[in-house]
Amino acid sequence: MSRWVIKGIRTGIVTTRYPEKKEETPGTSPGLPEQVTGIAPENRETESRCPTGALSREKNRLNLRQERCIHCFRCSRGTENPIPWKNGFEWAEIRNPEAVVPASLRHSLHIRVVDAGDCGACLNEIKLLNNPYYNMHRLGFFITPTPRQADILLVAGPVAEHMKTPLLKAYEAMPAPKRVMAVGACALNGGVFGPGFVTGSGVADILPVDIEIPGCPPPPLAILHGLCLIAGQLKNEPNAATGTRKGEK
Amino acid sequence: MNIQEIAAEIQSRWNNEIKLSTIAGTLECRCHREHLVPLCGWLFNRLNCHFAGLTAEELPDRWNLDYLFTPAGESGIIRINTAAPLKERNFPSISIAVHAADWHEREAEDLFGLTFEGHPRLGDFILHDDAWQEGVEPMRENFSAADVLSGRNPKPDWRPRRILKAPGAFIMPVGPVFSGEAESVHFQLETIGEEVLRAFPRLFFKYRGVEKLAEGRSVDNGLLLAERFAGSTAFSHALAFSMAIEKLSGEEVPPRAEVLRVFMAELERLRHHLGVIEGICSSTGLAVGTGQCAILEEEALRISGALTGHRYLFGLCIPGGLSRDFDKTALKSAAERATDIVRRMNSIEKLLINTSSFLDRLEEVGAVTEKQAHDFGLAGPVARASGYSCDTRKQLPYGAYRNFDFDSPHEREGDGYARLRLFFAEVRESGRIMEQAAEKLPPGKTAVPCNPDAGTAISTAETPRGATWHRIRIGTDGKIKRYRLITPSFANWHGFHIAAENFAFQDFPIILATFGLSVAENDR
Repeated sequence: MSRWVIKGIRTGIVTTRYPEKKEETPGTSPGLPEQVTGIAPENRETESRCPTGALSREKNRLNLRQERCIHCFRCSRGTENPIPWKNGFEWAEIRNPEAVVPASLRHSLHIRVVDAGDCGACLNEIKLLNNPYYNMHRLGFFITPTPRQADILLVAGPVAEHMKTPLLKAYEAMPAPKRVMAVGACALNGGVFGPGFVTGSGVADILPVDIEIPGCPPPPLAILHGLCLIAGQLKNEPNAATGTRKGEK
Repeated sequence: MNIQEIAAEIQSRWNNEIKLSTIAGTLECRCHREHLVPLCGWLFNRLNCHFAGLTAEELPDRWNLDYLFTPAGESGIIRINTAAPLKERNFPSISIAVHAADWHEREAEDLFGLTFEGHPRLGDFILHDDAWQEGVEPMRENFSAADVLSGRNPKPDWRPRRILKAPGAFIMPVGPVFSGEAESVHFQLETIGEEVLRAFPRLFFKYRGVEKLAEGRSVDNGLLLAERFAGSTAFSHALAFSMAIEKLSGEEVPPRAEVLRVFMAELERLRHHLGVIEGICSSTGLAVGTGQCAILEEEALRISGALTGHRYLFGLCIPGGLSRDFDKTALKSAAERATDIVRRMNSIEKLLINTSSFLDRLEEVGAVTEKQAHDFGLAGPVARASGYSCDTRKQLPYGAYRNFDFDSPHEREGDGYARLRLFFAEVRESGRIMEQAAEKLPPGKTAVPCNPDAGTAISTAETPRGATWHRIRIGTDGKIKRYRLITPSFANWHGFHIAAENFAFQDFPIILATFGLSVAENDR
């Protein structure tokens, strides 16, 4: 057993300093397309390649609806006019400002994760929040098996038909005040599955969503950023990644 | 027996009543319904052919059913085809002879409304009986995927079937929302106290109807579904999808793209297996081991992210090649970092196999025999840990795998420890393949344009969890008409209960972790 202790000590500390310091290690986030200006109005190729309607045109400017982007790279690869991508991960948007946790309670928040039809990628990134690189415990976030002790309901997936009832039951079992966090493009708007005979168009169909985290999947840092926002540990500051202000449509 | 010998034997046994043809390594047998059970049973039980899956399809004038087998230890595919007019919905059930077909028939019954005569247990499978009324058949042509069904009339008094009749026996329900961040699946564990005597996983809480959603979509849009229905093995499924489209277009993928695809597929395997090993450590409560493996998994994800732009390799594989090129130095440095991960994983393995409290939880726990692996048609590392040989990369080599020097590791015992050893061994092999790929990367293009002709194609690829089969029919308008996904998790979930039964409750999560199952991949 002492071997494990030595192994652990030898590994040292690998944990990110985020949110106190910037985290820019390559490979921690897929990034997002940038907003570009100066595209000839007749050139509609780039936006027509976007399969989810994340790119929209306003005169000569290409706007990005980040909640729709699924990082498929169709706007940056295999086209003659690739648009540049920008790093960053601070994508979370608060939908209900009143849900931000008051100062006295923000250092210990318990999260119940519900998989409502997720593909496995979002869940894996959520699982990785507990790994030594991100270690969300240091910021006072804990994953709890029971909704009865949960402050935040974290939902991933487009809400498959069969998961509606379990999701509602988990929500009802939570004590008030309840906060709902939708994680990933599917949970925000149905993603590539979209509304249909067994999938909905996101968590907002059946529950009031307080905070949305775009991405397909959102990297652990993006989820961590969202958690810090809802906990009031981070303020709604200008978003370095996209140049837009959070909360703006 | 290879497929020529099998063809000759079928011809003599069934006196030319079964029409045979061989196209590009695939033996096609067209037979009447009455020959299905004897033919499939003979292939499965006498020749030990592997049952890969069943594809049902509604054509304008008939039902079309394909049963896929692969011969034991030989290369090739055997496709048993049978058809019937649309108004006849009864087919004989082959599950009596071919147990591996059990869930496939239940699926076709639920989604198409077909009846498999002689099947002991139809109903309540994909569409849960407590949420849907009978008669909803979403895979039929006249059912629209965009329809939101209202006015449903389910059976709210649905109750799980109880097998155990002993006094004091009860069902312990687990899930679908359980544990920390587990995928949604419901278990009914029948017990009289200490041991799980019967484990029944009730799946498809996450059924998203991917096969239905794909119908009518363009190839490019279908690719998004193939890639994102099981995100943790996205590249392998995108690869299988792309290979099927390439077959229909007749395009040759450039050699550079083939080698890069091998590199990426093995990077995905390495990352997936590290995640499974982490899960096994975590299920036994070994905190430092979990943390150490999690560090390696995160580093593998960062290699993927820094190299390709996406941590889960989304948006990379396209029909005709890859969506972008890589330079050799970047690939070499990624391979070196992967080798470093393998080296550190080896030192963790050494620590693990010297930790007796950890091994006690795995050894002789959750054993699956080679015979059971065959009977249930298990796939991937789970089957190979029982000594059941089934590596697509070796048996039906695709892409550039023929040119690589690698082993497909096997174990014999089939218990949790054998599965753990197998995951370690496969990570080492993946590291070796990545090194070779970075070394021998040929020059040239990374993609060719790929426009599929109308028709049907089947492709298979070895995902980290085992063989997947993608069957795609493209219509004359270039849109997807039918998309069938046969996944390794579907096979392995079917066999999971044999490992979990007759063990104590505290062994259950450990056995589950050693299977490395994905619910999303099963539910589709």
